[in-house]
Amino acid sequence: MATNKTALQILDDPDFKALVSKKNTISIILTIVELVLYFGFVGLIAYNKPFLAQKISEDSATTIGIPIAVMTIVLSWVLTAGYIFWANTVYDKEVQKIKDKMGG
Amino acid sequence: MPTAATQTMIGQANPTAIMFFLAFVVSTLAITYWAAKRTKTTKDFYAAGRSVTGFQNGLALAGDYMSAASFLGIAGLVATKGYDGLIYSVGWLVGWPIVMFLLSEPLRNLGKYTFADVVSYRLNQRPIRAAAAAGSLVVVLTYLIAQMVGAGTLIKLMFGLPFEVAIVVTGALMISYVIFGGMIATTWVQIIKAVLLLSGATVLVFMTLNKFGFSYGELFKQASTATPLGQKFLEPGGLVTSPMDAFSLGLALMFGTAGLPHILMRFFTVPDVKAARKSVFYATGFIGYFYILTVTIGFGAAVIVGQKIIMGVDAGGNMAGPLLAEALGGNLFLGFLSAVAFATILAVVSGLTLAGASAFSHDLYVGVIRHGQASEKDEVRVAKMATVGLGVTAIALGILFKGQNVAFLVGLTFAIAASANFPALLMSLMWKKFTTAGAVLSIYTGLAIATILLILSPTVWVDIVHKSEKAAVDAKVKALDASFKSSTEALGKYKVIAGNKAEIDKAIADEQTGLEKKKVALAELKDEKDRAAQIKAAEGSTAKTVEVLQGLAIIDTAAADKLLADAKPKYEAEKKEASSAMPKPIFPLKNPGIYSMAGAFLIGILASLMSPDREAEKKFDAEKLREYIGVGAED
Repeated sequence: MATNKTALQILDDPDFKALVSKKNTISIILTIVELVLYFGFVGLIAYNKPFLAQKISEDSATTIGIPIAVMTIVLSWVLTAGYIFWANTVYDKEVQKIKDKMGG
Repeated sequence: MPTAATQTMIGQANPTAIMFFLAFVVSTLAITYWAAKRTKTTKDFYAAGRSVTGFQNGLALAGDYMSAASFLGIAGLVATKGYDGLIYSVGWLVGWPIVMFLLSEPLRNLGKYTFADVVSYRLNQRPIRAAAAAGSLVVVLTYLIAQMVGAGTLIKLMFGLPFEVAIVVTGALMISYVIFGGMIATTWVQIIKAVLLLSGATVLVFMTLNKFGFSYGELFKQASTATPLGQKFLEPGGLVTSPMDAFSLGLALMFGTAGLPHILMRFFTVPDVKAARKSVFYATGFIGYFYILTVTIGFGAAVIVGQKIIMGVDAGGNMAGPLLAEALGGNLFLGFLSAVAFATILAVVSGLTLAGASAFSHDLYVGVIRHGQASEKDEVRVAKMATVGLGVTAIALGILFKGQNVAFLVGLTFAIAASANFPALLMSLMWKKFTTAGAVLSIYTGLAIATILLILSPTVWVDIVHKSEKAAVDAKVKALDASFKSSTEALGKYKVIAGNKAEIDKAIADEQTGLEKKKVALAELKDEKDRAAQIKAAEGSTAKTVEVLQGLAIIDTAAADKLLADAKPKYEAEKKEASSAMPKPIFPLKNPGIYSMAGAFLIGILASLMSPDREAEKKFDAEKLREYIGVGAED
């Protein structure tokens, strides 16, 4: 089949190979960032409770652990936003380029 | 001051709640009717015709994930334990970015209706579908039982409806949504529920913060003095003890999210990868926002309602949110929020049932029994039969587990999802040399290790299997504590009159009148159990004091000082001896995640290396074209 042949050629296409490896790199780096973020937080709970128990200022009751926990949630979301921004602006365009090479 | 029982409407038939709830049921059934007319093919039934937009799917994912347990449970945990509750809410969220980075897009491009489609894409269909269906069905059933028992308990607490009736109503509605409206109806139930829950929680937080001049600083300042824990309420406490426990639970929460079949299934309902990734972005935002709201509700309830009242209504704190709603918005708002909590349960169990029915019909029936050859009509018919079967099983097990401690089931669900489903899925996507033997063994290993270790863990082995021994030891230690406290207090107070017979007789008489007075005061207590316990404690304390006083009659102050000095080591030795009878778990961690995940990956890798599969390796490259570019992906 003609399309099959094209598909096989695409598999060896340097642009496609670069795209696959770029996508995997981004996915893995972001996954590692998320793991560090969360297990960093868990590590603080496990090994350094006094750090989290500090007050953010003299006359406040709020402990530093509260903004850290909330930031873990917010940063996780920001990471997904970062990924979606990259995918929409870079990845999708390159996918389209490769699709064009295959003749639609 | 009136007591909790007279103040709250919780637990009584609440006309507003019933009205809101009926409105929800009528509108969702209307949607189901509308959806039924649009549900003809398997694609409609399992995947809503892949017509759900990214935003809608984001809401539906959030609706699938935000269970009543997380809404009421986390608010309750925060209200009773403070900061420790916040730790949990973080754990529930962090799986979502992992779903986004590693799974959402490949799932959409490679799958059709179940995640087994993706795992078995380039491997041997039948054994993998059988294994993946086993993993899915166990996860779905354990989670369903936990949700059902929770539903029965919560609905009883909120509406005063009998446990069994609550479960049958929940089960019947859930079966109707799925059987008639398939994924289209389920999606809309989840969307409506998510909107109601998010807006209800937002209004509640707005009203809460209004009390504190919209300042979180002020809220925390008051929270630091509102409970007996004081400032400790805002610090990490005893919930997380050993580092290994913390990491193991963290792993199970994080990767369990990425292995829940009813979550993974939602990525087949969107038209393309763009919508798939968009839906995770929205879902993560909604869920994160929701957890921040829930934590605020928990702290707000601790300050505005107070721990005493919250724990008086439900010892686990589950009613913290509804009580806060009642305190700030009256009966009307309580009714609304109770109805939302009911809707929340319904949406989650519907999603689960549909995922279970798909695993049964698409993987087991069509994939394994019929070797992939079955008409669409046949497949939908079997899926509907499976829905009824699962629904009836869930109702029966829910009633069977009435009054049981089912908290461990949620831990088990996440441990199995993280160990049986996630490793196989990830390796099939990422690793060229992954083989059929590797996938099958990885799934069964994860399933077996997670289940066995959880049974041997403190959560089940000590808290459930050896419940009575544990209770006996706890009671003994408590009695020792009380006895030590009253005897040292009595010694300290009365040692000066040691040897003085007249003074001692007078003191004994005083103690006894004191007890009578205390009993009269305690008779005011509303809660019968609480009253009986307090009276018994007071009697025990007086009896011990009298015993000490009688002993003091025949010794002098110096001997009393020696007695006082000896009391502590003696008490500590006794306590140690009593505690040594405590049943020991065979496996030390509360959640087996770290071992079961490691086992599943290890066995998957070893088995794959020992059974190389050239065909599968070749197909891996071809799979890439579909995975990354979307060529040949299901419409």
